[in-house]
Amino acid sequence: MNNFAIKVEHLGKRYRVGGQERYKSLRDVLTNRVKAPFRSLRPSRKNGNGSSAAAGTDFQDQYPRRRNGNGFVWALDDVSFQIEPGEVVGIIGRNGAGKSTLLRVLARITRPTRGKAQIRGRVGALLEVGTGFHPELTGRDNIYLSGAVLGMRSTEIKSKFDEIVAFAEIERFIDTPVKRYSSGMQVRLAFAVAAHLEPEILLIDEVLAVGDAEFQKKCLGKIGDVAKQGRTILFVSHHMPSVVRLSPRTLLLDRGRITDSGKTAEVVGTYLNSGFGLQAEQCWPDPSSAPGNDLVRLNVVRVQNTSGESQQFFDSRESIGIEIGYTVMHPVTKLAAEFVVYDSQGVLLFTSANQYDDGLLELHRPGEYLSTCWIPGNLMTEGTFFVRVSVVEIQMPVKVHVFEENVLAFQISDPMQKDSARGRIAHDYPGLIRPRLEWKTRFSEREVFSI
Amino acid sequence: MKPGSDELESSLPLPTFLIDPPSGWPTLGLKELWEYRELLYFFTWRDIKVRYKQTALGAAWAIIQPFFMMLVFSLFFGRLAHVSSDGIPYPVFVYAGLLPWQLFSQSLVESSNSLVTNERLINKVYFPRVCLPISAVIAALVDFTIAFTILILMMAFYGVRPTAAIVALPAFILLAACTALAVGLWLSAFNARYRDVRYTINFFVQFWLFATPVAYSSSLVPLRWRALYGLNPMAGVVEGFRWSLLGGSEAPGPMLAVSVSMVVLLFIGGLYYFRRMEAEFADVI
Repeated sequence: MNNFAIKVEHLGKRYRVGGQERYKSLRDVLTNRVKAPFRSLRPSRKNGNGSSAAAGTDFQDQYPRRRNGNGFVWALDDVSFQIEPGEVVGIIGRNGAGKSTLLRVLARITRPTRGKAQIRGRVGALLEVGTGFHPELTGRDNIYLSGAVLGMRSTEIKSKFDEIVAFAEIERFIDTPVKRYSSGMQVRLAFAVAAHLEPEILLIDEVLAVGDAEFQKKCLGKIGDVAKQGRTILFVSHHMPSVVRLSPRTLLLDRGRITDSGKTAEVVGTYLNSGFGLQAEQCWPDPSSAPGNDLVRLNVVRVQNTSGESQQFFDSRESIGIEIGYTVMHPVTKLAAEFVVYDSQGVLLFTSANQYDDGLLELHRPGEYLSTCWIPGNLMTEGTFFVRVSVVEIQMPVKVHVFEENVLAFQISDPMQKDSARGRIAHDYPGLIRPRLEWKTRFSEREVFSI
Repeated sequence: MKPGSDELESSLPLPTFLIDPPSGWPTLGLKELWEYRELLYFFTWRDIKVRYKQTALGAAWAIIQPFFMMLVFSLFFGRLAHVSSDGIPYPVFVYAGLLPWQLFSQSLVESSNSLVTNERLINKVYFPRVCLPISAVIAALVDFTIAFTILILMMAFYGVRPTAAIVALPAFILLAACTALAVGLWLSAFNARYRDVRYTINFFVQFWLFATPVAYSSSLVPLRWRALYGLNPMAGVVEGFRWSLLGGSEAPGPMLAVSVSMVVLLFIGGLYYFRRMEAEFADVI
């Protein structure tokens, strides 16, 4: 077992409570010293069912983690694992479970407090899109700069330059300062550079969450290619479909510890069944932080039952309502709110859009919209499902205003009663969907001889 | 974080990195710095390119600032106060002092802020952090080179001939850069933690200017105190620079020796301090 790419032994990383608390000035240090004894008296917020908007980065806004009583928190706690060369391993877990901290330690951005890790091979870390970009510089300059920052040799960048430009689809703007690029172009260029990194080990943190769907697919494909070339990839994602598609093995982190590891399908199953990561409702009371842009912003998304209450667990016979609330700032035509539903294996089951509502497609006037779509009961199978919500202009050129992956999740179970699709069938009842279909059986009585 | 540690058995010809908690005295990491020389180049290149990207006058700024300071100093100290310039025309005298001073002050300010201004990079990607202050100093050397052309023109204009001592000039330029880097290493690491540095640094640099023989000659300082004056390393740098280029007074002996030892001490101390603090930059910045 000496042939490892990454070997982590009892790794621990401790932060002061309050997370990456910044000491802005000496005076703060002094006042903090004085206040410190009282800090532990502050009630810790017991958060549980995360129902509010996307979590921030402050540790205190996450859930309480292991503390040692002195105002410290272990973001990573006794983590051990080994990864063979050429393996692709996913890391999943709730916000604040320590996934990003683990990558930061392995990427050598921060040092651990305890334990050790050994890494064999050059490491490329992709912890954000556009690392090293400078807005004043041209696309050409930024390719070199970002490439160098991410660890490419300049000869390597030179030889891949044309490929990168083509991948980003920005040939015409290569000598324009990046600050004049649309945000989509910036993301594409940043990705293109990153996607052409060729270290032996690639650490990726949730970077697939940006960019338009088409380009995301392209990047996933590129990363898949990289994986096939025998590179070791460790990646953090909340996007179960890509975890399932890319990595055969997955680690589940919870409160800084590895609580499960093994075959991705099983680990993802454990994670989902534990109820982590499931959100039946998300709302963004503050428009400035809501998903969207200056044309459309998301207000609320919800999974609801027929009484209009947010609900996470459904009986397979129940209808499931997907509600999307959004604000439109300027009049716009051909706009539609859409959602897609994935199963926990990452299979996209179906898409639906509010395009048939009266006159909505012709013109969205400024104001708030609340659309609800009903998925009939006795249609879907058991399991956990994820919803991606988008708001797009549906005709060419397609413009994506909102694109939120995994924004909602819900679970369905078949009660195994006589009016469900499965009814009383006790054996395995497979299928991507589980519609309760009409059956007609004719019977005619006749004498049957037993053989 | 010791690349290629020997204690690891390596069956593959790949670099192996050990990631462990910071402990004891760090190594200086010079070998690693050498491996990252290309990045150093790119950082420098970026700093220079960005600095002049949106300015109407571009690189002319590198000349304008010392040139106008020279005019002001010449007027007030040269013409009105009749400050002694060791027999050299005052404008040349003061400009030859301003050049290494500008190199020093610009390097110092930029390198001290280099970690804070590159906060995002530090949080997202690994590289020897010392690349940042170093590239800030190298970028300042480029400005220095541009401003230096004016000095050559001025010397020609006033008919000041360089002596054989000019061979020592590169050493003094290097010494100025090293002084700035030595102090910059301390301040940038300190700045990452305590933002006070950012606000004090300009004040600090101004104060330092008057403690340095730029507008006046160190011959104003009584001989027996002159070696002590060398505790300000910039005193040795400026006097040495001027001497190697313009001649005039005799070679700055004991004072220079004190300055050089001062720089060596500050530099090694700064590098260790920086390396020691490096482990927590990403956590505190």
